[in-house]
Amino acid sequence: MKVSYYPGCSLEATARDYRESIAYVCGGLGIDLEEIPDWSCCGATAAHSTDESLSIALPGRNLTLAEKIGLDVVVPCPMCFNRLKTAEHEIQKKTRKELPHHFSGKIKVWDLLDFLSRPDRLSQIQAKVQQPLKDLSVVCYYGCMANRPPRITGVDQYENPQNMDTLLKALGTQVQDWSYKTDCCGASHTIARPDIVHTLVQRLYERVLDAGAEAIVVSCQMCQANLDMPQATIAEIFRKQYHLPVYYFTELIGVSWKALEAKTWLSRHMVDPQTLLKRKGLI
Amino acid sequence: MEKPELECIEMNSGFINEIEEGSGIKVSACFQCRKCTNGCPVTFAMDLYPDQVMRYIQLGLKQEIRESATIWVCASCETCTTRCPNEIDIAGVMDFLKQSVVKEKGQAAEDKVLAFHQIFMDDIRKRGRVFETGLVGKYMLHSGDWVTKLKDRSILDEMLLGWTMFRKGRLNLFPKRIKGKAEIEKLFNNSL
Repeated sequence: MKVSYYPGCSLEATARDYRESIAYVCGGLGIDLEEIPDWSCCGATAAHSTDESLSIALPGRNLTLAEKIGLDVVVPCPMCFNRLKTAEHEIQKKTRKELPHHFSGKIKVWDLLDFLSRPDRLSQIQAKVQQPLKDLSVVCYYGCMANRPPRITGVDQYENPQNMDTLLKALGTQVQDWSYKTDCCGASHTIARPDIVHTLVQRLYERVLDAGAEAIVVSCQMCQANLDMPQATIAEIFRKQYHLPVYYFTELIGVSWKALEAKTWLSRHMVDPQTLLKRKGLI
Repeated sequence: MEKPELECIEMNSGFINEIEEGSGIKVSACFQCRKCTNGCPVTFAMDLYPDQVMRYIQLGLKQEIRESATIWVCASCETCTTRCPNEIDIAGVMDFLKQSVVKEKGQAAEDKVLAFHQIFMDDIRKRGRVFETGLVGKYMLHSGDWVTKLKDRSILDEMLLGWTMFRKGRLNLFPKRIKGKAEIEKLFNNSL
């Protein structure tokens, strides 16, 4: 099947591992991702913090471009997803004349995790599993933006989402339950107020360990960056020792399918994600 | 026994009207249940709690709110908005307050947070997309954060992190520009 694809700015650089694993998984499922031609930045936190008009018009431009193609659009970055959904909601309430094309709302905007965890695709994913990840104990960390606020995202289980849990169980993973699935990681504060991110993320690490997990699985490149990149710094500040690899769910799908490329994706992480998988005999 | 002296505040309904009309968000619906503050993950870094922001707006304490760190420290996680029993978009109010400070070219209590947003927006205006490799450097220069980071030597850690990321293929050397830059410029001009 063919869908439109809005990768977002991070997937072009810092989240290259996410991009590569998405391409592999979608390729394997026969999903043709057609990148929206000449897409632009969604404006992210910066736009809605500084300018109401741009916070709708910037994601709105991409919606109008996607609608010209006429296919549903899949969005891997929860921040972009949230901004596109907000724009969809606002434009339908009030037309924005500044947009280059018309947007009627006939296409659907999908969060990638939601898209891949729908029943038929889930069974397709499960059918391709060559090595169940049965000794791997993880927690699923969903973050904020794919689920909240539900009136924008349209998600029912926004306090206790289940789709990543279900997907990882289908790969054979031991998924631990915990109460911090949607607690914030501090997101874009990582540049100007890293102290806020360090405090929030250290709390999460402790909860991950309490839950008895040895790794974290995410669907958001901002969560991945905030949990993976400063781990050594956080350990030093709080005088603790942490070694918690942070995998994208698409990377683990790839590992369960015995993807040869998996090592390349994983080599881009900051916290070594390979030793754990080697110990389990998975790579 | 002498009674303690209490400070009298004169209520001013102009501020709440300005916010409700400008944002379409009904702050007057707040009955101070504090569910927002109880679920907020960043209260530890705030000078006013979210429920206090709501109350201050109702009382018309404009200056106090405009000068608070809270509106900038808010991580926009939308937990408050999601849980408010009166369906007040509290995170939306925080956005509206930040936008007003920007519009009126006021001073942000967290000037570095605003500096980051501004260089991010400049990047979008210039190319249509954000060039992550250049973002941190531009932020350091624009905000003056490089001075602090030089003093506490954390600048070395950041440079090392940058180098490691580059080696791992996670930073591009050159930015990408979109073709529809004129369209983006039009959106920016329209917002001014």
